[in-house]
Amino acid sequence: MDDPSARPRDRAGLAIAGLLLGLAAVIIWDATRLQLAPVYGVGPTAMPYLVAGGLVPLALGNLIMAWRGQLPVREPVDPRAIALILAGQFALIALIGLGAGFIAATAVLFATTAAAFGRRAFLADLAIGLVLGAVIYVVFVKLLTLSLPAGPLERML
Amino acid sequence: MDAPALLLQGLAVAVQPTNLLFALIGVLLGTAVGVLPGIGPALTVALLLPVTYKLDPAGSLIMFAGIYYGGMYGGSTTAILINTPGESASMATALEGNKMAKAGRGGPALATAAIGSFVAGTIATVGIVVLAPWLVDIAVRFGPEDYFALMCVAFVTVSATFGASPVRGLTALLLGLALGLVGIDRLTGQPRLAFGVPELLDGIEITTLAVGLFAVGEALYVASCRRHGAETIEPIRGSLWMTRQDWARSWKPWLRGTAFGFPIGALPAGGAEIPTFLSYATERRLTKHPEEFGNGAIEGVAGPEAANNASAAGTLVPLLTLGLPTSATAAMMLAGFQQYGLNPGPLLFAERPELVWGLIASLFIANAMLLVLNLPLVGLWVRLLAIPQPWLYAGILVFATMGTIAAKPSVVELTLLAAFGVLGFVMRRFDYPIAPVVVGLILGPAAETQLRRALSISLGDPMVLLQSPISATLLAIALMALIAPFVLKGLGQFRPKDD
Repeated sequence: MDDPSARPRDRAGLAIAGLLLGLAAVIIWDATRLQLAPVYGVGPTAMPYLVAGGLVPLALGNLIMAWRGQLPVREPVDPRAIALILAGQFALIALIGLGAGFIAATAVLFATTAAAFGRRAFLADLAIGLVLGAVIYVVFVKLLTLSLPAGPLERML
Repeated sequence: MDAPALLLQGLAVAVQPTNLLFALIGVLLGTAVGVLPGIGPALTVALLLPVTYKLDPAGSLIMFAGIYYGGMYGGSTTAILINTPGESASMATALEGNKMAKAGRGGPALATAAIGSFVAGTIATVGIVVLAPWLVDIAVRFGPEDYFALMCVAFVTVSATFGASPVRGLTALLLGLALGLVGIDRLTGQPRLAFGVPELLDGIEITTLAVGLFAVGEALYVASCRRHGAETIEPIRGSLWMTRQDWARSWKPWLRGTAFGFPIGALPAGGAEIPTFLSYATERRLTKHPEEFGNGAIEGVAGPEAANNASAAGTLVPLLTLGLPTSATAAMMLAGFQQYGLNPGPLLFAERPELVWGLIASLFIANAMLLVLNLPLVGLWVRLLAIPQPWLYAGILVFATMGTIAAKPSVVELTLLAAFGVLGFVMRRFDYPIAPVVVGLILGPAAETQLRRALSISLGDPMVLLQSPISATLLAIALMALIAPFVLKGLGQFRPKDD
């Protein structure tokens, strides 16, 4: 991109400052709902107020940097890659939530992430993901006795 | 008992076959993740936390330390052969090391890096043996207010003092502290920032945060601005044996690098990058072959590599004696202690000497293993770089989610993982450091506990923080460290990145 001085008022930077202020507001709102404990010293609200009190000047600091256009120069992003990785994350959450099991979820995650990095063999990657998921499942559940979510595929092992 | 006797006792623990096996697994894994881009020692330890939950604490901690040391060795191989440092502490090594590899002197470059790492790691581990009991004696006298002040120093130095931008570093720290608030308050049992979600009552899992920021965030970032040109791996040319001249030019930089690395690592300043760049600058000034600098001078590999390993060892001093992590990997190792209900500090030295000294003794063994693994077998490690990038990152994400699911199998946890991934991506894109978030999450609740304990002993009088001489001094140091970067712009040239 062009040099920083030529692009003042970085909108993304302003949004970050706004989000930090919002976070401080949420922390303060949450702390006001707590009842003070009747002990000597400080109660459970002290730390939240301290953190929120620190966030406000930092949000202003970020705001000033964004206003002056002092944010680092960013490379253009590839929106397709980001969308594919996030789609993989959502598919993973959905498949685990619906009880499809660890192996199926792993296969989909593997294939979408590989696609985000430019692979075009989706079905082949899906197969690799299935094998990888099955191997991890067997090693960790059967050998190390950890619990990973089981679905129809896992019950066959 | 004095340190040598305790160390001998620890050695007896470290040479037990299972512990030797754990050390070997640790250094193998550590070297592998050090060589591979996109995965570092902090992420690896985070992924292994849920897996090792049921294992013996001594063995797992020995393995984690092996990963830490191994990551430092592995990073240099990548730095020398493809000029993309596997982890950021090897950036200085890449400057001269890659030039040496291009000039057909890759063999001696790898050799001086490995032997230098061994020399520095061994000297620095001796440093731990000497320094730890002494610091433990001081630390027993610490009251809660002193611990709180000490954590304030760590917060400031990790986030503000040496970063590119103190505002961005402190913002990252405050995000970590805010995440540390989530969950049931330990003293009064009231939920904070849980928003009625039962999964949030236990607080944010450090594994989920670290894996989200380091694995998912890194994958998003690398995929979003992927460069399409392939990297060239320099074949290893030249004998792996160093000539007499190579040795003569290497040994002083090794020792000087150690002298930079260990103290800076041991101070709660965090990061191995500062000593590596200091060492590089020093060697450049002192060299008798200034014409070679920039074209592959062996001193420029020997010094920073030694500094790098010595500082990793130095980081273990505040971690073991005070429970104070000063790097992302150290923060994950602290989480490793905590998952077994162990709290590093003077009490651990008194109650579990066999564990602490076993861990320290195993560092010597891990170092020796790494020298053997990295010199003759370096060709094997280089093959790891042939893994295609799509499969590498897809595999990293699969293991990342596995670690998270194994720790807490819930949809909420996976949603948090994805959210932290997006946070990590935004932070990388806007150049916010990542390590302060992790340190903030793990140290924030501890600092709050110490502060509240101090204030309840003093019946609510905040002056207790200034009445203890230790606490007053530490708070003054924290304040100076906070103001310094705003006054002296020069500190920003040593820009720590996350490993």
